[in-house]
Amino acid sequence: MRHRACGSAEPAFVLAILLILVVSSTIFIFSARLYPAPRPISRDAVLVDRQYNLTLYATGGAFLLAQLGLAYAALRFRDRGQNARFVRGNVALEILWSSLTLFVFVGLGTLGRRAWADVRFTPPTPGAIHVEGTTYQFAFAFRYPGADGKFGRLDPSFINPPAGNPLGLDPNDPAGADDIVVSELTLPVDRPIELVLRSEDVVHNFFVRELRLQQDAVPGMTIPVHFTADQVGTFEIVCTQLCGLGHHKMHSLLHVVSQSEFDAFLQRAIAQ
Amino acid sequence: MSSEPRPSSAAVQAGSGGEAGLLRRYLFSTDHKIIGLQYFFLALAAVTIGMILSLCMRFHLVWPGAHLPFLAGGIMTPEQYLALVTMHGTIMVFFVVTTAPQNGFGNYFLPLQIGATDMAFPRLNMLSFWLTLLAFLVVLSAFFVPGGAPISGWTAYPPLSGMGDITGPGEGIGQSLWLMGILIFCVASLLGSINFISTTIDLRAPGMTLTRLPLTVWAWFVTAILSLLAFAVLFAAGILLALDRLAGTSFFLPAGLVVSGQLETGGGGSPLLWQHLFWFFGHPEVYIAILPGMGVVSHILANFSRKPVFGYRTMAFALCAIGFLGFLLWGHHMFVSGMNPYSSLAFSVLTLTIGVPSAVKTFNWLGTLWGGKLQFQTPMLFALGFISFFVTGGLSGVFLAQPALDSTLHATYYVVAHFHIVMGVAAIFGIFAATYYWFPKMFGRKMNRALGELHFWLTFLGVYSIFLPMHFVGIAGGIRRYADSTGANYLGALQPLHGFMTVAAFLTAAAQLIFFYNLGRSMSKGEPASANPWNATSLEWAIASPPPPDNFAGCFPTVYRAPYEYSLPACPQDFLPQHLPPEHGAPSKQEQGHAS
Repeated sequence: MRHRACGSAEPAFVLAILLILVVSSTIFIFSARLYPAPRPISRDAVLVDRQYNLTLYATGGAFLLAQLGLAYAALRFRDRGQNARFVRGNVALEILWSSLTLFVFVGLGTLGRRAWADVRFTPPTPGAIHVEGTTYQFAFAFRYPGADGKFGRLDPSFINPPAGNPLGLDPNDPAGADDIVVSELTLPVDRPIELVLRSEDVVHNFFVRELRLQQDAVPGMTIPVHFTADQVGTFEIVCTQLCGLGHHKMHSLLHVVSQSEFDAFLQRAIAQ
Repeated sequence: MSSEPRPSSAAVQAGSGGEAGLLRRYLFSTDHKIIGLQYFFLALAAVTIGMILSLCMRFHLVWPGAHLPFLAGGIMTPEQYLALVTMHGTIMVFFVVTTAPQNGFGNYFLPLQIGATDMAFPRLNMLSFWLTLLAFLVVLSAFFVPGGAPISGWTAYPPLSGMGDITGPGEGIGQSLWLMGILIFCVASLLGSINFISTTIDLRAPGMTLTRLPLTVWAWFVTAILSLLAFAVLFAAGILLALDRLAGTSFFLPAGLVVSGQLETGGGGSPLLWQHLFWFFGHPEVYIAILPGMGVVSHILANFSRKPVFGYRTMAFALCAIGFLGFLLWGHHMFVSGMNPYSSLAFSVLTLTIGVPSAVKTFNWLGTLWGGKLQFQTPMLFALGFISFFVTGGLSGVFLAQPALDSTLHATYYVVAHFHIVMGVAAIFGIFAATYYWFPKMFGRKMNRALGELHFWLTFLGVYSIFLPMHFVGIAGGIRRYADSTGANYLGALQPLHGFMTVAAFLTAAAQLIFFYNLGRSMSKGEPASANPWNATSLEWAIASPPPPDNFAGCFPTVYRAPYEYSLPACPQDFLPQHLPPEHGAPSKQEQGHAS
């Protein structure tokens, strides 16, 4: 082994085979959709998926070319006693591939802008349903404003989960009297939603895979996100921001229901 | 080598210290080579611990109920798992990928490559190392205090990390020790970076102009500037967090927090302020880890392709561009943090822009290989592996750079896979490449080639087996930093992938034993190496292996040409060292001009 020629073919072939193995197994797992993301349930989530696919094709192509290019170079230019070609560089080529990369990468970024803007910039459309999501170690609470359409005042000194006041609703504020506080989120299908996130203790996160939506809930801030779920079903809500020893157990459900079921849910909740 | 005796402080010190005993020579040495080795061995110790922690985590993810004899309670608790998450990240980021490539190899080879006798401030250099070691011990001590190591991750986001143990176990003394260790590390890094910058600027040999610097030196130089600016900010942020924890201030704590049923008074601070300061350090930190690897890869690629680096000036410029842009895109870690969503778009475009110098480097590496005469020595294999991982990890970053896509991939295993491949594995492949490449110079012996190759094949395949499936866990919504998969129903379906990754992780870790065996054995029993075993051109190969204490044995080099003059036409051998005067078989200016 010690005395073999510097450029023996063996390592070049093994490296090329491994690179081809990596590329082909990646392509296989993606194209066979072995572990895909779940079906999207909002128009914005569909936009995200479209942007994801576009990025996948662009970067996938670059991945393929670069890895196979590496394999090819290893094989083609292995030491077979030839002389190396003396080249210092090629400015034209360098300008070409820099501009190409800039064009593709920044182009992708520009195309992906819309899916972000819809969820984060756009003010809520008139008639949007307002819900407030509050996080604390290690649970979610959701609040609906009730019949008056107004959220009551919150004061942390009133927080008392055992007494049924996990959010600290101020009993002296009449606007809060009809507020509904529940641990699972129920929303009507095809209605724009404005969800405002807040946190009582540390930074948490609200993540629904089917909405392709993650948003941190930060103490001291109220952060709005907008979406319209267009499919009925039950979906899992999890926390993705490390929040303490119960982080992995912080869990809730999103029920997307018909308008009539949603109305019934509100009636039931008020009655309680 | 032209003889030009110059007074040498290192020679004087080495001379006087030579008789003073082993302690002075090998332990409390001011010689940059010894200090480089000390950093290198510190990083080896750290990577071993960090790897064992990761194996414990991977084991727990697949067999959460297993009985572990070395744990007090027998079964790993969620807080113990999170402590492992925090400590694995901290040890690997600070004490491995920051320590080995820059402080280890940089310390040893930067002075040699520029023709200096030592670093500009040898005593400061020694202080940097001892502070780094102290920082390491202080961070590790967090494991052994009541409550254990902190559970807030290496990013230590307040309020979780800022309020003491009411937010969770490990957030008391453990988090304070962690913070103290990081602050000490910041000081060590600041002192080290000042040394690197001064040395590069002031101590270059005659003729060693900026465009004749090996790309390794460029990389260490740019990295030192990044360290100086980034660690200064982390130091300030760390002081503020320490004040929040210990002095009752609230820089990062808003009013009205209710933790464990207790209402916290005070307030007025912002959790996002910490995130901005932390990532203003944290993102350049990624480049602190990877730039030295890029330099090493360029250096090795030219050597074993027997060709000049393709587009040397562009490569040096790309290092600077990455360093500069690296400071402008910290916000991409915070797309879903609640930061103004408009600024996300600016950070997104800047992040995608850094893809340009990164892609240019990749293209130019391929350009260096193209038309070469490739010799697959072990360092070359690891350099090629680096390129493969850098491409893979760089491209997966294009997804995360877009806020809309980050909105679904953020904090999933996709991110874990991305940064492990691009800053973890690629940086470590840079370390391996550097170790195999410079081992003959450092120890006067070669590492075993067959074992080196075996180590490469197993590690290359093993690493892809761990981290490729991890992307798919993330795409399906698998969330990082979860102690087990019982919290959400859909996570159970991803367990088979976790099982595969865990097995791959154990096998890959086992393959590292080959490296440690090869390293240890070759130090005493390896094949003796000549001064220039790879037929290389830069100055470190112009001197004996291992180098004499004053580096150039009293004869100081003058530099006559660019660093990568391989396969020059009209040159009798296929490499032309930087220090060889033109009359020694070098082609005349005219012929060189013709060649280029």
